[in-house]
Amino acid sequence: MDNPDSHPHKPQRRRIVEILLGGGLFASVASFLYPVLRYLVPPAVPNLGGDEVVAGKVGDLKPNGSKIFRFGTRPALLILTADGEYHALSAVCTHLGCTVQYRPDLHEIWCACHNGMYDLKGRNVSGPPPRPLDQFQVHLRGDEIVVSRTRGA
Amino acid sequence: MDMSPSNARFRWLFLLPAILWLAGPVCAQVVNNCVVCHSALDPPYKVTEEQFAHDIHSQKGLTCAACHGGDPTKADMDAMSKSAGFRGKITRSQIPSLCGGCHGDAAFMRKYNPSLRTDQLSQYVTSVHGKLLAKGDTKVAVCIDCHGVHDLRAVNDAQSSVYPLNIAKTCSRCHADAEYMKSYSIPTDQFAKYNTSVHHDALVVRGDLSAPTCTTCHGNHGAAPPGVSTVQNVCSNCHVFQAQLYEKSPHRKAFQDAGLPGCVTCHGNHGVLHPTDENIGAGPKAFCTQCHVSGDAGYSAAEKMHDSLRQLEASIKSSDQLLQKAESSGMEVSEARLELDQARDSLTKARVSVHVFQLGPVEQDVQTGLKVTEKTTKAGKDALAEREFRRKGLALSLVFIFATVLGLYLLIRRIEGPSH
Amino acid sequence: MSVLAHIRGWLDERFGLQQLAEPLKKKAVPLHKLSYWYFFGGITLFLFGIQVCTGILLLLYYRPSAGEAFESVQYIMTRVQFGWLVRSIHSWAANLMILMVFLHMFSVLFLRAYRKPRELTWVSGMILLFLALGFGFSGYLLPWNTLAFFATKVGTEITGQVPFIGHEMMTFLRGGEDVTGATLTRFFGFHVAVLPGLATLLILIHLALVQKLGISVPPSVEKQWQEKPETARQMKFFPNFFLREAMAWYLALGVLGALAAIYPWGLGTKADPFAPAPAGIKPEWYFLFMFQTLKLIPSKVVFIDGEVLGILLFGLAGAAWILLPFLDNGTRRIGRKIVLGAGVFALSYIVALTVYGYVAK
Repeated sequence: MDNPDSHPHKPQRRRIVEILLGGGLFASVASFLYPVLRYLVPPAVPNLGGDEVVAGKVGDLKPNGSKIFRFGTRPALLILTADGEYHALSAVCTHLGCTVQYRPDLHEIWCACHNGMYDLKGRNVSGPPPRPLDQFQVHLRGDEIVVSRTRGA
Repeated sequence: MDMSPSNARFRWLFLLPAILWLAGPVCAQVVNNCVVCHSALDPPYKVTEEQFAHDIHSQKGLTCAACHGGDPTKADMDAMSKSAGFRGKITRSQIPSLCGGCHGDAAFMRKYNPSLRTDQLSQYVTSVHGKLLAKGDTKVAVCIDCHGVHDLRAVNDAQSSVYPLNIAKTCSRCHADAEYMKSYSIPTDQFAKYNTSVHHDALVVRGDLSAPTCTTCHGNHGAAPPGVSTVQNVCSNCHVFQAQLYEKSPHRKAFQDAGLPGCVTCHGNHGVLHPTDENIGAGPKAFCTQCHVSGDAGYSAAEKMHDSLRQLEASIKSSDQLLQKAESSGMEVSEARLELDQARDSLTKARVSVHVFQLGPVEQDVQTGLKVTEKTTKAGKDALAEREFRRKGLALSLVFIFATVLGLYLLIRRIEGPSH
Repeated sequence: MSVLAHIRGWLDERFGLQQLAEPLKKKAVPLHKLSYWYFFGGITLFLFGIQVCTGILLLLYYRPSAGEAFESVQYIMTRVQFGWLVRSIHSWAANLMILMVFLHMFSVLFLRAYRKPRELTWVSGMILLFLALGFGFSGYLLPWNTLAFFATKVGTEITGQVPFIGHEMMTFLRGGEDVTGATLTRFFGFHVAVLPGLATLLILIHLALVQKLGISVPPSVEKQWQEKPETARQMKFFPNFFLREAMAWYLALGVLGALAAIYPWGLGTKADPFAPAPAGIKPEWYFLFMFQTLKLIPSKVVFIDGEVLGILLFGLAGAAWILLPFLDNGTRRIGRKIVLGAGVFALSYIVALTVYGYVAK
C-alpha cells in the first residue's frame, strides 16, 4: 500500500482535503444553523389561530361606518352603529357569493348584485338571499377590535 | 245523579266517549261513489281513486259534486240525475266562473286557507286568455289547462304543473305548439329560447327558485306580455341597479322616443343569454352596433368601455395565473387571493355600470379593480421571488454539502490509500 | 498538548471515556459484495434524529387543538422564518424514514441476519418498525386537514373491526366515539411523548445488541470465509465505515433539502367534520397495501366478515413476522425456505398492492 506521506504533492493534497472537509463542514453546518436560528425568533405577526382576528383599531371607524376585513379566507364586515355598537358578520352574500356592503343611509346591509338586504344581525330581510349572514363576536382588547367566531360553531 | 259504577243503569255512559271517538272517523269519511264507477270507465270519463287522492280539493274534503253537481252518496245512475243538480261536463267557457265561484269568494276561502289569494278570476278577465275567451275563443287556456283538473295539486307541490320549475313546460304545451298556435299571430319559439337563457339556468339547473319563469314577467292569472314602454319595470324588480342606471342614461329617452322595449332591445326577452364583454363595443357580437355607427359618440364610448373591461379581465387573469403558479410551488398566497376576489367584484360592478352608457363610471370601477390587481400581481411576484430565493439557498447549501462529501471521500482515500 | 487533548483528558478522568471508547475502537464491519446493505440501519437512525430535531422545532409553534392546529401549521409555513423548510423536511424525512425502515427490515431478512444469537435484535427492530408506522399515523393527523381527518376516520374505523376488543381499541385511539379534537390531542400525546419514549428505549436496546453481538455476515459469505479464512475482510467502524456513513448521511441531508425546497409539503384545506368525505380517500402510501387488501376482500368470506378476516390476517402476519427468527433457527432447512418464501411474497405483495392502490380509482 502506498505511503501517503511519501507522495510528492502530499502537503498540497493534505491541505486540499483539510480545506474541503473543514470548510465544507463549517459552511454546511452554518447553512443548517442559519435557518434554525432565524426560525427560533418569533415573527412580528402573532398567531391568533383561525377563530380570531384583529379587525382594526378603535378609531378606525366613524359612527355609522363600516369596513371589510379578512377573516380566515373570506371577507367579513365590521360595522360601528351610530350609538357605538360593533357588529361583525360574514360579508359573503348567501345568494350567489357577492361581497355585501353596509348602507349607512338605510342602516342595513345590502348586496349590490341582486338587491338582497340583511339587517344588522345578518337576518335576510328582503331580496333573493335564502339564509342569514354568519354572525361573529366582537370584543375590544385595549384599542384593538378583536373579531372571533361564535363559540359552539 | 248517582254516577258510581255500582249503579248499572249508567255504566253505558262510560262507553259513550269511546263510541263517539270511534264514530268520528267513520262519520268524517266523505262518501264519493262517483269514482267507484268512473275509475273503471275509459277516458275521457276515467277518474281513478289514486288520481283523485292527489287532488287538493279531494284532500280538503270536497267531492265531484262540488263542481259537477249530482249526489255523490248514491251508487247508481241516480247520482247524475237533474234533480240531484247534476251539471255534467262543464264547458270550457264556463270553467273560469265555476272555479271563481269559490276561489273568488274571500269569506268561503278563509275557511280553507286564509292566505290564498282570491283575485284569480278578476285577474284572468284582464289577461289575453280571458279577453279571447270572452270573445268566444275556447282554444285559449282556462284554469284546468294549467292547474290540471282531477289531480289538481297544490302550487307548492313539486309535482304540480304550476310549481315554479314546471311552469315553462306547462305554458309550452300550447305556446310551443306551432300547429295549435297557427291562428294567432305570435311566435312559438319562446320556450325553446327560454331554455337557452340564463334564467332557465338559474331556475332549473341551479335550483334558485327566485329566478324568473314565464309567469314572473307575464303574470299568472292575468297573463299578458308587458308593454313595450314598461318592460324595464318588470326587469327592474330583480335587476334594480341596472334599471336605476338605465333610467339615468341617455338610452332611456332615446329608446322611449324610438318605441324600443327598454332592456329587451339589447338582451332579448325569452332567450336572455348570459351577457359577455363582447356584447359591448364594436365587435361582431356587440349590441351597440345595432344602432351606433363608426364616428358617433356612442360608438367610440362603447369601444372604450369594451377595452376597459377587457383590460381589467386580462389583469385579473394574469394575476390569477401568477398566484396559481406560486401556490403550486408551495407558496401561501391566500391573502392575495382574497384581494383578487375584490378585483373580481370590481369587474362585476363595472359590467353593471355599463348600463349608464357613459364612459366615466365604468372607467372608475375598472380603475378600482386595476389598483387591486396591481397589488395582487405584486404579491404573486413576491411569492415567486421567494421561491427563487429558496432554490438559490438550496443550491448554495448543496454546494457546501457536496464539498463536505468530497472532503470525506478524499479523507477516506487518504486514510486507506487509493486502493480502498 | 493541544486544547482538544486537554479537554479529552479532563473528561476522561471523570467519565472514563477511554474505557468507554475501547470496544468502539475494535468495532468492525464485515466487507463483502453485500456490505452496502449495512448502511440502511444507520440511515434510518439518522432520519429519526432529523425527525426529533425538526419535531422539537415544530413544537415551538404548533398548537394541538382542533380550532388552532391547521392555522398554526399554516402560520409555520407562511410566517415563521424558514418554517416552510422545517415543516417540509419533517414531512419528507418521515416518509423516507419509513421507506428506509422497510428496506432495512427486508435486507436483514434476505441476508438472514436475524439468526441466532440476533433474534432479539430482530424483535426489537420489528417493534421499532411498528412504532415508526405509529409515528406516521399519529403525525399525519396533526395538521388537521381534510385528507388527514378522513384518513384517520377510516383508519381508526378499521381498528374497530378487531373482534372482541375492537371497539375499545377504537375509542382508546379516538379519545371518544368519533374523530374529534380529543383525537387530535391524544394523537399529539402519542406522537411527541409516548412513541418517542418507547422508540428511544428500543433504539438503545437495538443498538446495544448490535454493538454486543457484532454485525452479521450473510450465510453464503460466512461459508466462504469459513472455508478460506484468508478471504475474510473487515473494515474498522471508526473511522473508516463511519466516514462512509457520514457521506451517506450528508447526501441524505442534501436530498431532504432539495425535496423540501422543490417539492414543499402541501397543507390542503382545514378539516370540517360535518362535510362529507371527499371521493377517493386513501391512507398514506405505507398503509396503502393493507387498505387495498381490505377493499379487495369480498364483504363476506364463508361466515366471517371480510374486513375482520383481513384484519386478522394482517395481525397474524405481523405476529409471525416478529417471530421469524424462531421459524428459521438454523436447524431445519425447511425453516429457511419458509422465511425466504415469505419474504419474497411479502415484498412483492406490498409493492404490487401499493402500486395498485395508486393506480386504481
